[in-house]
Amino acid sequence: MKIAENTFGSRYHVDEKGFYGRFGGAYVPEMLYPNVEELQTNYLQILRDPGFQQEFEQLLRDYVGRPSPLYLAKRLSEKYKANIYLKREDLNHTGAHKVNNTIGQILLAKRLGKTRVIAETGAGQHGVATATVCALMGIECVVYMGSIDIQRQAPNVARMRMLGATVVPATSGSKTLKDATNEAIRDWINNPVNTHYILGTAAGPHPYPDMVSRFQSVISEEIRKQLLEKTGKPNPDYVMACIGGGSNAAGAYYHFLDEPDVKLIAVEAGGKGVNSGFSAATTQLGKLGIIHASKTLLMQTEDGQITEPHSISAGLDYPGIGPLHAHLYETGRATFLNATDDEALQAAYELTRLEGIIPALESSHALAKLGEVGFKPDDVVVVCLSGRGDKDMETYIRNLPANTGDNA
Amino acid sequence: MSNRIDQLFAAKKNGILNIYCTAGFPELNDTLPVMRSLQAAGADLIELGMPFSDPLADGPVIQDSSTRAIRNGMSLRVLFEQLKDFRKEISVPVVLMGYLNPVLLYGIENFCKKCAEVGVDGVILPDLPMDEYESDYKAIFEQYGLHLIFLVTPETNDARLRKIDGLSRGFVYAVSSSSTTGKDKDMSHQQQYFERLKGMQLKNPVLIGFGIKDKATFDAACAYSNGAIIGTAFIRAIENTTNLDTAIRQFIAGVK
Ligand SMILES: Cc1ncc(COP(=O)(O)O)c(C=O)c1O
Repeated sequence: MKIAENTFGSRYHVDEKGFYGRFGGAYVPEMLYPNVEELQTNYLQILRDPGFQQEFEQLLRDYVGRPSPLYLAKRLSEKYKANIYLKREDLNHTGAHKVNNTIGQILLAKRLGKTRVIAETGAGQHGVATATVCALMGIECVVYMGSIDIQRQAPNVARMRMLGATVVPATSGSKTLKDATNEAIRDWINNPVNTHYILGTAAGPHPYPDMVSRFQSVISEEIRKQLLEKTGKPNPDYVMACIGGGSNAAGAYYHFLDEPDVKLIAVEAGGKGVNSGFSAATTQLGKLGIIHASKTLLMQTEDGQITEPHSISAGLDYPGIGPLHAHLYETGRATFLNATDDEALQAAYELTRLEGIIPALESSHALAKLGEVGFKPDDVVVVCLSGRGDKDMETYIRNLPANTGDNA
Repeated sequence: MSNRIDQLFAAKKNGILNIYCTAGFPELNDTLPVMRSLQAAGADLIELGMPFSDPLADGPVIQDSSTRAIRNGMSLRVLFEQLKDFRKEISVPVVLMGYLNPVLLYGIENFCKKCAEVGVDGVILPDLPMDEYESDYKAIFEQYGLHLIFLVTPETNDARLRKIDGLSRGFVYAVSSSSTTGKDKDMSHQQQYFERLKGMQLKNPVLIGFGIKDKATFDAACAYSNGAIIGTAFIRAIENTTNLDTAIRQFIAGVK
């Protein structure tokens, strides 16, 4: 595997100024300028270094367990009348795609001479993946997590602490992912020299969206190889992924962005319904603005205050969307759907009973829309199964339909 | 020289006291009473915070004041309404400080026009990148006679400092240490940085902010600059008071 090469010039990749169309950039206060500039200046060079690539590849193979399988889900395919493949990011070490990025960023942090790492987390998957690589490298780790998420993703909090990370509750605003990210950025302002911020999604100031997408692009690179082996063609008809900030989607789309015959489907968190006032479907509800130092679509009031989103899934409970995805939305390159809390739950129960796989609530949002795309029987569909459901067991058990678990 | 900030620095070179207060705080209609008391008590410059839901560069005290102001109903629209006639009674220069998102949504040109209309003299937008300001907005700010004030920090290198000084109008805002607002970082470590700033002989006056909280820290900052900015300590002094005017006069008397 290789970290995606320079793609300046492509319509769907970042430009030299850190923008995707009119989205992106680095709207950081001066206090963060040196940190961000250090990354901007160095990231491509570090990522292209053969020694770095070798270390990255080796850890992904021997530590994370890549390549992750591409699994033809037969019973799911029968039900939705298409050839549905699941890209099994849930089988990665730590249970989600997040670790692809944290491996890359911890190696980068080491090369930049950083001795302390901070991260934000929503579902706790990114926090666990960060705490894991910090344990691996013997680096101090502080993870910011919304106090509501600390409650709803308790197993991941315990894992982070066991891994030696300090978990700091974010108690401002909606007490979820947005606020955890604010606190991480504030920590970085206060510790600008020794600390690297491992941002967990394809959002934030340039170069994060591009850097995170490149680390995650191992997903689409493997999909191409695996599909070629299994079907004789590297390109599927559809790639589907859920979108929080957009890192698993960016990774699943990456090598297909400039392949117009591959249709990209993004599924946002509809919450209790797009127009219910409790939703996180940013493209449907958002307007152009700046969130976490990136110019992108975000949910805001008519006065420009960022609004509090809602999703049953902590990893999608974010009022913005990474700038790449805002651009894919605006250009029509990707089709954006959304799944409600209930639809996601039903999709999770369905996958569990049809395939024996308990998915993360985030990934379940992508699965929930299999019936709405309008597949033809020959279509090859890849769904990015971004994570496993261990962390969501409490929610799953609480919402279990009455007849499940008997003899259905 | 029509901008009040320039007039102030032309008339007074040292010991300039700039007080930050979030607009619409503690109560929605306290914006003007706070300004009146500040002027009467002897503040040289007033920095009015435009509250934002996600103030990345601010510590808990200013965050909480913003949350409270938003809850009180403060917004750019309400603020400009409150400021409609303020120049009939307030003569000290006034700078608006806030984050880019609400201003972008309001519209940069619209915003500048409103500032000029009501008599605001300058603006601080910490998350507006210098390059974007230069290419997209500078002409608009200048057309309306509005000064944009940029920040520098201990980590800002000399070349960038020169560039910032070249673009900044009114003054340069020197952040005392690498921190969010309201952190108690020890300023004695900042001597080298302050001396570097002083030695560079910038074209703009310099005000030092972040961590200035009392007479000792104010005087220490003034030794290296034209003056200093107090925010968090002032917010603390008025957040729970029953007599705003007295609290403000006492606070300013304690610093000057
Ligand atoms: C399993 C899983 N999938 C998806 C996401 C959403 O993030 P992103 O949109 O960056 O892939 C998360 C975030 O926590 C997650 O844990």
